[in-house]
Amino acid sequence: MAKESLVIIDYGSGNLRSAAKAFERVGADEGLDIDVIVSGKAEDVLNASRIVLPGQGAFGDCMKGLSSVDGMVEALEESVLQKARPFLGICVGMQLMATKGLEHGDHKGLGWIDGDVVPIQPEDKALKIPHMGWNELIPTVSEGSKDGHFVLRSIDSSDNYYFVHSYMVQCKDTHHVLANTDYGGPVPAIVGRDNMVGMQFHPEKSQQAGLRLIADFLQWTP
Amino acid sequence: MLKTRIIPCLDVSEGRVVKGVNFVDLIDAGDPVEQARLYCEQGADELCFLDITATSDNRNTILDVVSHTAEEVFMPLTVGGGVRTLEDIRNLLQAGADKIAINSAAVNNPDFVKEAADKCGNQCIVVAIDAKKTGDHWEVYTHGGRKETGIDALEWAQQMAEFGAGEILLTSMDRDGTKSGFDLDLTRSISDAVSVPVIASGGVGTLDHLVDGVKEGHASAVLAASIFHFGEYTIEQARQAMHDAGIAVRT
Repeated sequence: MAKESLVIIDYGSGNLRSAAKAFERVGADEGLDIDVIVSGKAEDVLNASRIVLPGQGAFGDCMKGLSSVDGMVEALEESVLQKARPFLGICVGMQLMATKGLEHGDHKGLGWIDGDVVPIQPEDKALKIPHMGWNELIPTVSEGSKDGHFVLRSIDSSDNYYFVHSYMVQCKDTHHVLANTDYGGPVPAIVGRDNMVGMQFHPEKSQQAGLRLIADFLQWTP
Repeated sequence: MLKTRIIPCLDVSEGRVVKGVNFVDLIDAGDPVEQARLYCEQGADELCFLDITATSDNRNTILDVVSHTAEEVFMPLTVGGGVRTLEDIRNLLQAGADKIAINSAAVNNPDFVKEAADKCGNQCIVVAIDAKKTGDHWEVYTHGGRKETGIDALEWAQQMAEFGAGEILLTSMDRDGTKSGFDLDLTRSISDAVSVPVIASGGVGTLDHLVDGVKEGHASAVLAASIFHFGEYTIEQARQAMHDAGIAVRT
């Protein structure tokens, strides 16, 4: 098998070195031969065998940042939609997979997951926004079954993952929601279809539980 | 269910961990990266570095501490102390901090918080409020509790949440370093008045104090330094105490 390469897309949205370290650590621990690079170049996205799209800040700013990189959206579409390479969106990177974002106006997303990014509105008004801190994942497909998702196979109901967000992806097709978390009602925590997954929480900040999800993403062959 | 966070705080000066009692009598006690790793192993929910380096010449030492920590410890990291400009924020985020605490600079120019939240996202802007009881209310202090501002702490917290702070780090200057427990009235007043999470800080001496901060102070997270730092209690013991009191914590 050819050496794998993973690109973490750098489009001016925060620090990516610690994220890169998390992926490198997992790659080494799992004995995977994988190069991790942080890059803002479309050609690196085209050449990578796995793609991670992080994201921090407001949806509109992130989409603008991503679109302003020459050829980046096209490279993503080619690699993810046509060549079906494994893709992971994290936090706002996950939200960008949706049709549009409603944070500070109405912004077009990548449109890979049919749905809108809307404010979290917990039924219990005492709940704080942002949803900030550690929360569980509730997979929507039964673990270990033949329909179970490879990337979700290590999730244990007692594990917690680090969330920090005020908006959530409201999927039109409920099949795209692979796991929810509970914050005054279900909040999509992992979405996906085909070769793509998006995580609303930060696996790279979620200690061992998060690193296990990264390990599964790195070994996923959709 | 969202868990209540336990956040150990490390005071860092010129790259070394110190912890002051009432902000004087600093005692040098260790390497921040080592401390961070230990707290991570113990299962701390987040880490907080407070840079108290006095001289501007040595301010960049915190960037090294942050970048070394962020490369080894895969958990959320808040950094504060002496943050004045957007460039300071960017540098810390670039070094690997997840959240930046702003204190005096917000008081000097409240719009700075708005600007920072717009540029970097609300989720990474924490406004740190040092409050001291004055008559029947609390006032905001700056410069490690030495300088009064005449600003009402409750109104200030509300304004900062409105301006885009994603979180409030609330320290009682009356209690800080006393080990007599959080100022619960202060914590509750502010927690109940803002829509963003409030981290209670200042005064923790026992594990019960942590419990009280959540149950009576309505805090979303509790921060402590010396009880963890000097090995009086472990994060695990803190979590057990909170769990036993019926508070949802990470297991």
